Amino acid sequence: MIREFGTGEVIYIVLAIRWTIALSLIAFLGGALGGLTVALARVSTNNSARLAATGFIRLFQGTPLLMQLFIVYFGLNIVGLPTSAWLAAAIALTLHASAFLGEIWRGCIQAVPSGQTEAADALAYNYITRMKDVILPQAARIAAAPTTGFLVQLIKSTSLASIIGFTELTRAGQVISNATFKPFVVISLVAVLYFILCWPLSLAAKRLETRFDRAVAR
Amino acid sequence: MNMVPTKPEPAMQAQTLPTIELQGLEKWYGAFQALKNVDLTVQSSEKIVICGPSGSGKSTLIRCINQLEEIQGGTIRVNGKALTNDPKSVRAVRREIGMVFQQFNLFPHMTILENCVLGPIKVGGVPRAEAEEVAHEYLKRVRIPEQANKYPAQLSGGQQQRVAIARALCMRPKVMLFDEPTSALDPEMVNEVLDTMIDLASDGMTMICVTHEMGFARKVADRVIFMDHGEIIEENDPEQFFEAPRHERTRGFLGQIA
Repeated sequence: MIREFGTGEVIYIVLAIRWTIALSLIAFLGGALGGLTVALARVSTNNSARLAATGFIRLFQGTPLLMQLFIVYFGLNIVGLPTSAWLAAAIALTLHASAFLGEIWRGCIQAVPSGQTEAADALAYNYITRMKDVILPQAARIAAAPTTGFLVQLIKSTSLASIIGFTELTRAGQVISNATFKPFVVISLVAVLYFILCWPLSLAAKRLETRFDRAVAR
Repeated sequence: MNMVPTKPEPAMQAQTLPTIELQGLEKWYGAFQALKNVDLTVQSSEKIVICGPSGSGKSTLIRCINQLEEIQGGTIRVNGKALTNDPKSVRAVRREIGMVFQQFNLFPHMTILENCVLGPIKVGGVPRAEAEEVAHEYLKRVRIPEQANKYPAQLSGGQQQRVAIARALCMRPKVMLFDEPTSALDPEMVNEVLDTMIDLASDGMTMICVTHEMGFARKVADRVIFMDHGEIIEENDPEQFFEAPRHERTRGFLGQIA
């Protein structure tokens, strides 16, 4: 039986945005924590920390996100956790975001002039003070624009979680599309919703970039 | 480098212990030898000026003293304590040594006052109110007390360098290292920084200055050191150094900059 594409169906799709937002937020916050760890390991003087972080980044940059989702999804069972699309999507996207944010932030930390580290060292600051009070606040300004840009990518990447059966925006569109046989209309609506979510962030990234360029030029 | 922490003999500790003692310093950048068997002893409240052509190793030498550069051979003693690779001992030695850089290296995201109090609070464990009082006192001494709440970018180069001096002094160091402190400044700002350094010298601070300001060297230095190709070529009192340099290369260098 073919369902009509009516208000109820539209509301169903629009409400599914909340799962896209929730998954994006989890992946972004988890990825921020992981990414900071990875970035600090990458600029560390400890060889094994640097090597481990580099390996982690290469692994996640060198494989498709879809494979990462599948591996985590089927891997949950092996490590004795319940097979859950929610858990798998959250873990896979967090790891994915950790690797990419780690690499972005490494670049930002290294973009802070080396004289800042030397001044902090000469003043006998310990590692934590040097990073927390001197280097990271300056790196954060550099990082604002590319980080917002990555968040836009991450939001769009959550659509892949539909393939392991996580019902977010894309999956909701597929469900309605299958029931109503109006794939073009339904998928277009889904695309518009992604756009509404991502466009303001892209604008913000652009603005942050301009502001940073102006601050640097001064 | 020598990893054995040597204990100063109690009898020597009283007065004769040199503030800085470098023995047989060797520094390599890959295959390039930047310092060749450098010895230098600096007594308390001595003022040393190091000069020499660019690439002669003079900046490298003072950057080794506080371990901004790792050495490959020789020993560094600060107040009798030998520097080891242990991060804690490196930090302990750095607390005794203030450094002023060519490019100022102020922290641009902090106010002048924050630049000055961060170290005393975080490293010295000084309460904020006390640290701020000390910072205001030193900012007054470098003659910019009214700029405390501004950011470094709002100050001129000469003012920034004076803040950098105040920031280092707030840690109450026993020695101050100056790495070409006036080389990045516009000519009209050089003197305000040199005057600050002269004030500091007359207060009895132990100072090692890498600089091309020969007027400053004549006025302030107890000894002038000329370096070339990673070696100390000549070490002399300023009068002898400028009027009757012993070494041919020193004469050549002085001839070029005069």
